[in-house]
Amino acid sequence: MLDLSPDEWTAIRLSLRIAIVATTVALPFAVALAFLLARRNFWGKALLDGLVHLPLVLPPVVTGYLLLISFGRRGPIGSFLADYLGIVFSFRWTGAALACGVMGFPLLVRPLRLAIEAIDRKLEDAAATLGADRLWVFLTVTLPLALPGLIAGMVLCFAKALGEFGATITFVSNIPGETQTISAAIYTFTQTPGGDAAVGRLVAVAIVISLAALVAAEWLARRAGMRFHGE
Amino acid sequence: MSMLALDVEKRLGEFFINVSFESTGGVTGLFGASGAGKTTLMNMIAGLIAPDRGRIALDHATLFDSASGIDVPVHRRRIGYVFQEGRLFPHLSVAANLDYGRRMHGLARDGAEMERVVALLDIGSLLDRRPGRLSGGERQRVAVGRALLMRPRLLLLDEPLGSLDTTRKREILPYLEKLRDDARVPMVYVSHNAGELSRLATSVVRLDAGRVAAVGGPELLDVADLDEIA
Repeated sequence: MLDLSPDEWTAIRLSLRIAIVATTVALPFAVALAFLLARRNFWGKALLDGLVHLPLVLPPVVTGYLLLISFGRRGPIGSFLADYLGIVFSFRWTGAALACGVMGFPLLVRPLRLAIEAIDRKLEDAAATLGADRLWVFLTVTLPLALPGLIAGMVLCFAKALGEFGATITFVSNIPGETQTISAAIYTFTQTPGGDAAVGRLVAVAIVISLAALVAAEWLARRAGMRFHGE
Repeated sequence: MSMLALDVEKRLGEFFINVSFESTGGVTGLFGASGAGKTTLMNMIAGLIAPDRGRIALDHATLFDSASGIDVPVHRRRIGYVFQEGRLFPHLSVAANLDYGRRMHGLARDGAEMERVVALLDIGSLLDRRPGRLSGGERQRVAVGRALLMRPRLLLLDEPLGSLDTTRKREILPYLEKLRDDARVPMVYVSHNAGELSRLATSVVRLDAGRVAAVGGPELLDVADLDEIA
Protein backbone atom coordinates (compact mmCIF):
# COMPACT_ATOMS: atom_id res chain seq x y z
CA MET A 1 0.00 0.00 0.00
CA LEU A 2 1.13 3.52 0.68
CA ASP A 3 4.72 3.62 1.78
CA LEU A 4 4.56 6.42 4.34
CA SER A 5 7.68 7.89 5.89
CA PRO A 6 7.93 8.21 9.70
CA ASP A 7 7.43 11.98 9.41
CA GLU A 8 4.26 11.46 7.43
CA TRP A 9 2.96 8.97 9.99
CA THR A 10 3.70 11.47 12.72
CA ALA A 11 1.67 14.14 10.92
CA ILE A 12 -1.25 11.73 10.44
CA ARG A 13 -1.26 10.58 14.07
CA LEU A 14 -1.00 14.17 15.23
CA SER A 15 -3.87 15.28 13.00
CA LEU A 16 -6.12 12.51 14.32
CA ARG A 17 -5.19 13.25 17.92
CA ILE A 18 -5.81 16.98 17.49
CA ALA A 19 -9.15 16.44 15.74
CA ILE A 20 -10.37 13.92 18.33
CA VAL A 21 -9.28 16.03 21.32
CA ALA A 22 -10.70 19.23 19.77
CA THR A 23 -14.09 17.60 19.10
CA THR A 24 -14.30 15.84 22.48
CA VAL A 25 -13.37 18.90 24.53
CA ALA A 26 -15.67 21.17 22.51
CA LEU A 27 -18.62 18.79 22.92
CA PRO A 28 -19.81 19.58 26.47
CA PHE A 29 -19.48 23.33 25.84
CA ALA A 30 -21.39 22.96 22.58
CA VAL A 31 -24.19 20.94 24.22
CA ALA A 32 -24.60 23.53 26.97
CA LEU A 33 -24.56 26.42 24.50
CA ALA A 34 -26.89 24.74 22.01
CA PHE A 35 -29.37 24.08 24.83
CA LEU A 36 -29.10 27.68 26.01
CA LEU A 37 -29.64 29.08 22.50
CA ALA A 38 -32.51 26.67 21.76
CA ARG A 39 -34.41 27.05 25.00
CA ARG A 40 -33.65 30.28 26.79
CA ASN A 41 -34.24 33.90 25.99
CA PHE A 42 -31.83 36.32 27.55
CA TRP A 43 -30.25 39.68 26.96
CA GLY A 44 -27.40 39.48 24.45
CA LYS A 45 -28.53 36.18 22.93
CA ALA A 46 -28.10 37.47 19.37
CA LEU A 47 -24.61 38.70 20.25
CA LEU A 48 -23.64 35.34 21.76
CA ASP A 49 -25.04 33.57 18.71
CA GLY A 50 -22.96 35.87 16.51
CA LEU A 51 -19.80 35.27 18.52
CA VAL A 52 -20.20 31.50 18.25
CA HIS A 53 -20.54 31.73 14.47
CA LEU A 54 -17.75 34.28 14.03
CA PRO A 55 -14.99 31.72 13.26
CA LEU A 56 -17.14 30.51 10.37
CA VAL A 57 -17.01 33.87 8.58
CA LEU A 58 -13.79 35.47 9.82
CA PRO A 59 -10.64 34.81 7.79
CA PRO A 60 -8.97 31.89 9.64
CA VAL A 61 -5.77 33.94 9.92
CA VAL A 62 -7.68 36.50 11.97
CA THR A 63 -9.02 33.82 14.32
CA GLY A 64 -5.48 32.43 14.64
CA TYR A 65 -4.07 35.87 15.39
CA LEU A 66 -6.76 36.53 18.02
CA LEU A 67 -5.92 33.20 19.65
CA LEU A 68 -2.23 34.12 19.56
CA ILE A 69 -2.69 37.42 21.38
CA SER A 70 -5.13 36.01 23.95
CA PHE A 71 -3.97 32.42 24.50
CA GLY A 72 -0.28 32.92 23.66
CA ARG A 73 2.37 32.67 26.40
CA ARG A 74 2.11 36.43 27.02
CA GLY A 75 -1.61 36.75 26.30
CA PRO A 76 -3.92 37.47 29.23
CA ILE A 77 -5.67 34.08 29.16
CA GLY A 78 -2.61 32.13 28.05
CA SER A 79 -0.37 33.42 30.83
CA PHE A 80 -3.09 32.82 33.44
CA LEU A 81 -3.64 29.21 32.32
CA ALA A 82 0.11 28.58 32.17
CA ASP A 83 0.83 30.05 35.61
CA TYR A 84 -2.09 28.59 37.54
CA LEU A 85 -3.06 25.40 35.70
CA GLY A 86 0.14 24.57 33.84
CA ILE A 87 -1.69 24.44 30.50
CA VAL A 88 0.44 25.86 27.70
CA PHE A 89 -0.95 26.39 24.20
CA SER A 90 1.69 28.30 22.27
CA PHE A 91 3.63 26.16 19.80
CA ARG A 92 2.18 22.97 21.29
CA TRP A 93 -0.25 20.42 19.85
CA THR A 94 -2.69 21.54 22.53
CA GLY A 95 -2.73 24.96 20.86
CA ALA A 96 -3.51 23.31 17.53
CA ALA A 97 -6.38 21.45 19.22
CA LEU A 98 -7.67 24.73 20.66
CA ALA A 99 -7.56 26.42 17.25
CA CYS A 100 -9.31 23.46 15.61
CA GLY A 101 -11.90 23.33 18.39
CA VAL A 102 -12.71 27.02 18.00
CA MET A 103 -12.97 26.71 14.22
CA GLY A 104 -15.17 23.62 14.43
CA PHE A 105 -17.33 24.92 17.30
CA PRO A 106 -20.06 26.63 15.22
CA LEU A 107 -20.39 23.51 13.08
CA LEU A 108 -20.95 21.49 16.25
CA VAL A 109 -23.40 23.90 17.88
CA ARG A 110 -25.64 24.49 14.89
CA PRO A 111 -27.04 21.00 14.16
CA LEU A 112 -27.31 20.34 17.90
CA ARG A 113 -29.33 23.48 18.43
CA LEU A 114 -31.65 22.63 15.54
CA ALA A 115 -32.10 19.10 16.90
CA ILE A 116 -32.95 20.39 20.38
CA GLU A 117 -35.38 22.93 18.93
CA ALA A 118 -37.14 20.16 17.03
CA ILE A 119 -37.81 18.06 20.14
CA ASP A 120 -41.44 17.84 21.25
CA ARG A 121 -41.34 19.41 24.69
CA LYS A 122 -44.49 17.55 25.64
CA LEU A 123 -42.31 14.46 25.92
CA GLU A 124 -40.21 16.29 28.49
CA ASP A 125 -43.38 17.20 30.42
CA ALA A 126 -44.38 13.53 30.34
CA ALA A 127 -40.97 12.57 31.76
CA ALA A 128 -41.40 15.11 34.56
CA THR A 129 -44.80 13.68 35.54
CA LEU A 130 -43.07 10.28 35.74
CA GLY A 131 -40.66 11.60 38.35
CA ALA A 132 -37.68 12.87 36.36
CA ASP A 133 -36.10 16.11 37.59
CA ARG A 134 -34.63 18.55 35.06
CA LEU A 135 -31.25 16.88 34.82
CA TRP A 136 -32.78 13.43 34.29
CA VAL A 137 -35.23 14.81 31.72
CA PHE A 138 -32.23 16.20 29.86
CA LEU A 139 -30.17 13.02 30.10
CA THR A 140 -32.94 10.49 29.36
CA VAL A 141 -35.15 12.38 26.90
CA THR A 142 -33.63 15.58 25.46
CA LEU A 143 -30.12 14.31 24.75
CA PRO A 144 -31.12 10.91 23.26
CA LEU A 145 -33.68 12.59 21.02
CA ALA A 146 -31.05 15.11 19.88
CA LEU A 147 -28.60 12.30 19.08
CA PRO A 148 -28.80 12.54 15.28
CA GLY A 149 -27.97 16.27 15.51
CA LEU A 150 -25.19 15.52 17.95
CA ILE A 151 -23.65 12.98 15.58
CA ALA A 152 -23.95 15.32 12.60
CA GLY A 153 -22.32 18.13 14.56
CA MET A 154 -19.47 15.94 15.80
CA VAL A 155 -18.66 14.75 12.28
CA LEU A 156 -18.66 18.29 10.90
CA CYS A 157 -16.47 19.49 13.77
CA PHE A 158 -14.11 16.54 13.39
CA ALA A 159 -13.82 17.11 9.65
CA LYS A 160 -13.19 20.81 10.14
CA ALA A 161 -10.57 20.08 12.81
CA LEU A 162 -8.85 17.56 10.59
CA GLY A 163 -8.47 19.99 7.73
CA GLU A 164 -7.95 23.22 9.64
CA PHE A 165 -4.95 25.14 8.38
CA GLY A 166 -5.06 28.95 8.60
CA ALA A 167 -5.87 29.50 12.26
CA THR A 168 -3.62 26.65 13.39
CA ILE A 169 -0.51 27.73 11.48
CA THR A 170 -1.00 31.35 12.59
CA PHE A 171 -1.43 30.40 16.25
CA VAL A 172 1.07 27.56 16.76
CA SER A 173 3.14 27.58 13.57
CA ASN A 174 4.19 24.46 11.65
CA ILE A 175 6.52 22.40 13.81
CA PRO A 176 7.05 18.77 12.74
CA GLY A 177 6.06 16.39 15.53
CA GLU A 178 4.30 19.08 17.56
CA THR A 179 1.97 21.18 15.45
CA GLN A 180 2.49 19.92 11.91
CA THR A 181 -0.82 18.35 10.90
CA ILE A 182 -1.58 16.65 7.59
CA SER A 183 -2.64 19.96 6.06
CA ALA A 184 0.49 21.74 7.24
CA ALA A 185 2.68 18.86 6.10
CA ILE A 186 1.10 18.90 2.62
CA TYR A 187 1.68 22.64 2.48
CA THR A 188 5.34 22.17 3.49
CA PHE A 189 5.91 19.43 0.92
CA THR A 190 4.40 21.55 -1.86
CA GLN A 191 7.05 24.15 -1.06
CA THR A 192 9.84 21.54 -1.15
CA PRO A 193 11.49 20.46 -4.44
CA GLY A 194 10.69 16.77 -5.05
CA GLY A 195 7.93 16.73 -2.49
CA ASP A 196 5.25 15.65 -4.97
CA ALA A 197 5.22 11.98 -3.99
CA ALA A 198 4.81 12.84 -0.29
CA VAL A 199 2.01 15.26 -1.15
CA GLY A 200 0.25 12.54 -3.14
CA ARG A 201 0.46 10.06 -0.27
CA LEU A 202 -0.83 12.53 2.33
CA VAL A 203 -3.65 13.66 0.04
CA ALA A 204 -4.71 10.01 -0.35
CA VAL A 205 -4.66 9.57 3.44
CA ALA A 206 -6.73 12.73 3.95
CA ILE A 207 -9.34 11.45 1.48
CA VAL A 208 -9.50 8.03 3.17
CA ILE A 209 -9.91 9.48 6.68
CA SER A 210 -12.58 11.94 5.55
CA LEU A 211 -14.55 9.26 3.72
CA ALA A 212 -14.32 6.89 6.67
CA ALA A 213 -15.64 9.62 9.00
CA LEU A 214 -18.56 10.32 6.66
CA VAL A 215 -19.48 6.66 6.29
CA ALA A 216 -19.26 6.10 10.05
CA ALA A 217 -21.46 9.14 10.68
CA GLU A 218 -24.04 8.03 8.15
CA TRP A 219 -24.18 4.59 9.77
CA LEU A 220 -24.49 6.02 13.28
CA ALA A 221 -27.19 8.50 12.25
CA ARG A 222 -29.12 5.72 10.51
CA ARG A 223 -28.98 3.58 13.64
CA ALA A 224 -30.07 6.49 15.84
CA GLY A 225 -32.91 7.26 13.43
CA MET A 226 -33.98 3.62 13.32
CA ARG A 227 -34.36 3.53 17.07
CA PHE A 228 -37.11 6.13 16.79
CA HIS A 229 -39.05 4.28 14.15
CA GLY A 230 -39.06 0.77 15.44
CA GLU A 231 -37.17 -2.40 14.44
CA MET B 1 -61.90 11.10 53.62
CA SER B 2 -61.28 13.84 51.19
CA MET B 3 -58.96 12.68 48.50
CA LEU B 4 -58.43 15.44 45.95
CA ALA B 5 -59.42 18.95 46.90
CA LEU B 6 -58.83 21.94 44.71
CA ASP B 7 -59.81 25.56 44.54
CA VAL B 8 -57.89 27.40 41.85
CA GLU B 9 -57.89 30.49 39.68
CA LYS B 10 -55.96 31.04 36.50
CA ARG B 11 -56.11 33.68 33.82
CA LEU B 12 -54.94 32.73 30.33
CA GLY B 13 -55.35 35.77 28.11
CA GLU B 14 -59.09 36.38 27.78
CA PHE B 15 -59.94 33.06 29.37
CA PHE B 16 -60.50 32.84 33.10
CA ILE B 17 -60.65 29.60 35.06
CA ASN B 18 -62.11 29.53 38.53
CA VAL B 19 -62.77 26.00 39.67
CA SER B 20 -63.27 24.37 43.01
CA PHE B 21 -64.33 20.81 43.79
CA GLU B 22 -63.48 17.84 45.96
CA SER B 23 -63.48 14.25 44.94
CA THR B 24 -63.37 11.14 47.08
CA GLY B 25 -61.79 8.29 45.21
CA GLY B 26 -63.23 6.30 42.36
CA VAL B 27 -63.30 7.88 38.92
CA THR B 28 -64.07 11.57 38.83
CA GLY B 29 -65.29 12.51 35.39
CA LEU B 30 -64.43 16.02 34.27
CA PHE B 31 -67.01 16.75 31.64
CA GLY B 32 -67.40 19.73 29.36
CA ALA B 33 -67.12 21.06 25.83
CA SER B 34 -63.66 21.63 24.40
CA GLY B 35 -62.37 24.96 25.63
CA ALA B 36 -64.07 24.58 29.01
CA GLY B 37 -60.64 24.46 30.71
CA LYS B 38 -60.43 20.72 31.36
CA THR B 39 -56.85 20.19 30.20
CA THR B 40 -55.63 23.37 31.91
CA LEU B 41 -57.12 22.06 35.14
CA MET B 42 -55.38 18.70 34.70
CA ASN B 43 -52.07 20.44 34.04
CA MET B 44 -52.50 22.40 37.26
CA ILE B 45 -53.16 19.21 39.25
CA ALA B 46 -50.09 17.58 37.67
CA GLY B 47 -47.98 20.66 38.35
CA LEU B 48 -47.19 21.46 34.71
CA ILE B 49 -48.71 24.91 35.10
CA ALA B 50 -49.17 26.93 38.25
CA PRO B 51 -52.50 28.50 39.22
CA ASP B 52 -52.49 32.25 39.82
CA ARG B 53 -54.23 31.72 43.14
CA GLY B 54 -55.64 28.89 45.14
CA ARG B 55 -54.90 25.55 46.70
CA ILE B 56 -54.56 21.94 45.56
CA ALA B 57 -54.34 19.10 48.07
CA LEU B 58 -54.14 15.36 47.65
CA ASP B 59 -54.76 13.01 50.58
CA HIS B 60 -54.29 15.92 53.00
CA ALA B 61 -50.88 16.78 51.54
CA THR B 62 -50.74 20.25 50.02
CA LEU B 63 -49.41 20.25 46.48
CA PHE B 64 -49.99 23.91 45.80
CA ASP B 65 -50.96 26.81 48.00
CA SER B 66 -50.47 30.34 46.78
CA ALA B 67 -51.10 31.74 50.27
CA SER B 68 -48.17 29.89 51.86
CA GLY B 69 -46.05 29.73 48.71
CA ILE B 70 -46.14 25.94 48.39
CA ASP B 71 -45.65 24.53 44.90
CA VAL B 72 -44.46 20.93 44.85
CA PRO B 73 -42.56 20.41 41.57
CA VAL B 74 -44.06 18.08 38.95
CA HIS B 75 -41.53 15.32 39.44
CA ARG B 76 -42.27 15.03 43.15
CA ARG B 77 -46.07 14.98 42.95
CA ARG B 78 -46.32 11.32 42.11
CA ILE B 79 -49.36 11.86 39.93
CA GLY B 80 -49.66 9.60 36.88
CA TYR B 81 -50.72 11.40 33.72
CA VAL B 82 -52.08 9.74 30.58
CA PHE B 83 -52.11 12.26 27.75
CA GLN B 84 -54.40 12.27 24.76
CA GLU B 85 -51.48 11.58 22.41
CA GLY B 86 -49.86 9.01 24.69
CA ARG B 87 -46.49 10.75 24.63
CA LEU B 88 -44.51 7.53 24.79
CA PHE B 89 -40.75 8.01 24.50
CA PRO B 90 -39.96 7.15 20.87
CA HIS B 91 -36.34 6.20 21.58
CA LEU B 92 -37.22 3.61 24.23
CA SER B 93 -38.83 0.18 23.89
CA VAL B 94 -42.28 -0.40 25.36
CA ALA B 95 -40.65 -2.24 28.27
CA ALA B 96 -38.32 0.69 28.97
CA ASN B 97 -41.23 3.13 28.70
CA LEU B 98 -43.16 1.08 31.27
CA ASP B 99 -40.17 0.97 33.59
CA TYR B 100 -39.32 4.70 33.30
CA GLY B 101 -41.36 5.98 36.25
CA ARG B 102 -40.10 3.27 38.57
CA ARG B 103 -36.49 4.08 37.67
CA MET B 104 -36.96 7.84 38.08
CA HIS B 105 -38.54 7.33 41.49
CA GLY B 106 -35.80 4.95 42.54
CA LEU B 107 -38.31 2.22 43.42
CA ALA B 108 -37.22 -1.39 43.72
CA ARG B 109 -37.94 -3.62 40.75
CA ASP B 110 -41.28 -5.35 41.29
CA GLY B 111 -41.82 -8.19 38.85
CA ALA B 112 -45.23 -9.11 40.24
CA GLU B 113 -46.58 -5.58 39.85
CA MET B 114 -45.17 -5.37 36.32
CA GLU B 115 -46.85 -8.68 35.46
CA ARG B 116 -50.14 -7.59 36.98
CA VAL B 117 -50.25 -4.33 35.00
CA VAL B 118 -49.07 -5.98 31.78
CA ALA B 119 -51.79 -8.61 32.15
CA LEU B 120 -54.46 -6.04 33.10
CA LEU B 121 -53.78 -4.07 29.93
CA ASP B 122 -52.89 -7.07 27.80
CA ILE B 123 -49.63 -5.57 26.51
CA GLY B 124 -47.32 -8.55 27.07
CA SER B 125 -46.74 -9.09 23.36
CA LEU B 126 -45.66 -5.47 22.82
CA LEU B 127 -42.79 -5.23 25.30
CA ASP B 128 -39.92 -5.43 22.79
CA ARG B 129 -41.45 -3.02 20.29
CA ARG B 130 -40.79 0.66 19.78
CA PRO B 131 -43.72 3.07 20.22
CA GLY B 132 -43.46 3.97 16.52
CA ARG B 133 -44.72 0.51 15.64
CA LEU B 134 -47.80 0.47 17.86
CA SER B 135 -51.38 1.13 16.84
CA GLY B 136 -53.18 4.04 18.47
CA GLY B 137 -55.03 1.76 20.87
CA GLU B 138 -51.89 -0.16 21.84
CA ARG B 139 -50.07 3.10 22.44
CA GLN B 140 -52.74 4.33 24.86
CA ARG B 141 -52.75 1.06 26.78
CA VAL B 142 -48.97 1.30 27.19
CA ALA B 143 -49.34 4.93 28.29
CA VAL B 144 -51.81 3.85 30.98
CA GLY B 145 -49.42 1.09 32.07
CA ARG B 146 -46.49 3.49 32.21
CA ALA B 147 -48.43 5.86 34.46
CA LEU B 148 -49.66 3.01 36.70
CA LEU B 149 -46.22 1.48 37.19
CA MET B 150 -44.83 4.55 38.90
CA ARG B 151 -47.32 3.73 41.67
CA PRO B 152 -49.17 7.04 41.46
CA ARG B 153 -51.27 8.51 44.25
CA LEU B 154 -53.69 9.73 41.59
CA LEU B 155 -54.10 8.96 37.91
CA LEU B 156 -55.04 11.72 35.47
CA LEU B 157 -56.46 10.66 32.12
CA ASP B 158 -56.91 13.49 29.63
CA GLU B 159 -59.14 12.32 26.77
CA PRO B 160 -57.16 9.08 26.56
CA LEU B 161 -59.49 7.86 23.81
CA GLY B 162 -59.73 11.24 22.09
CA SER B 163 -57.51 10.38 19.15
CA LEU B 164 -59.06 6.95 18.52
CA ASP B 165 -61.95 5.91 16.28
CA THR B 166 -65.06 4.26 17.69
CA THR B 167 -63.84 0.70 17.14
CA ARG B 168 -60.62 1.41 18.99
CA LYS B 169 -62.50 3.14 21.79
CA ARG B 170 -64.65 0.06 22.26
CA GLU B 171 -61.45 -1.98 22.36
CA ILE B 172 -59.92 0.05 25.20
CA LEU B 173 -62.93 0.90 27.38
CA PRO B 174 -63.06 -2.59 28.97
CA TYR B 175 -59.45 -2.16 30.15
CA LEU B 176 -60.30 1.16 31.76
CA GLU B 177 -63.35 -0.40 33.44
CA LYS B 178 -61.14 -3.17 34.81
CA LEU B 179 -58.78 -0.51 36.09
CA ARG B 180 -61.64 1.28 37.84
CA ASP B 181 -62.99 -1.92 39.41
CA ASP B 182 -59.47 -2.74 40.51
CA ALA B 183 -59.79 0.46 42.59
CA ARG B 184 -56.16 0.70 43.63
CA VAL B 185 -55.73 4.23 42.41
CA PRO B 186 -58.22 7.10 42.23
CA MET B 187 -58.64 8.68 38.82
CA VAL B 188 -59.66 11.95 37.25
CA TYR B 189 -60.97 11.30 33.76
CA VAL B 190 -61.40 14.14 31.28
CA SER B 191 -63.72 13.79 28.33
CA HIS B 192 -66.24 15.69 26.27
CA ASN B 193 -67.90 12.38 25.44
CA ALA B 194 -70.84 11.65 27.74
CA GLY B 195 -71.07 8.03 26.62
CA GLU B 196 -67.51 7.32 27.62
CA LEU B 197 -67.97 8.94 31.02
CA SER B 198 -71.29 7.25 31.74
CA ARG B 199 -69.48 3.92 31.52
CA LEU B 200 -66.52 4.93 33.68
CA ALA B 201 -67.22 7.77 36.07
CA THR B 202 -68.39 7.29 39.64
CA SER B 203 -68.84 11.02 40.08
CA VAL B 204 -69.03 13.87 37.60
CA VAL B 205 -67.88 17.49 37.61
CA ARG B 206 -69.36 19.45 34.77
CA LEU B 207 -67.27 22.39 33.55
CA ASP B 208 -68.52 25.25 31.46
CA ALA B 209 -66.35 28.16 30.30
CA GLY B 210 -63.83 27.79 33.10
CA ARG B 211 -66.36 27.31 35.91
CA VAL B 212 -68.01 24.39 37.64
CA ALA B 213 -71.54 24.15 36.27
CA ALA B 214 -72.61 21.12 38.31
CA VAL B 215 -71.25 18.41 40.60
CA GLY B 216 -72.91 15.05 41.17
CA GLY B 217 -73.22 11.49 39.95
CA PRO B 218 -73.29 10.09 36.41
CA GLU B 219 -76.92 11.25 36.14
CA LEU B 220 -75.46 14.71 35.37
CA LEU B 221 -74.46 13.49 31.95
CA ASP B 222 -76.89 14.70 29.38
CA VAL B 223 -78.73 11.70 28.00
CA ALA B 224 -78.90 13.40 24.63
CA ASP B 225 -75.09 13.34 24.61
CA LEU B 226 -74.93 9.58 25.05
CA ASP B 227 -73.72 9.02 21.56
CA GLU B 228 -72.07 6.31 19.54
CA ILE B 229 -70.06 4.65 22.23
CA ALA B 230 -72.48 3.70 25.02
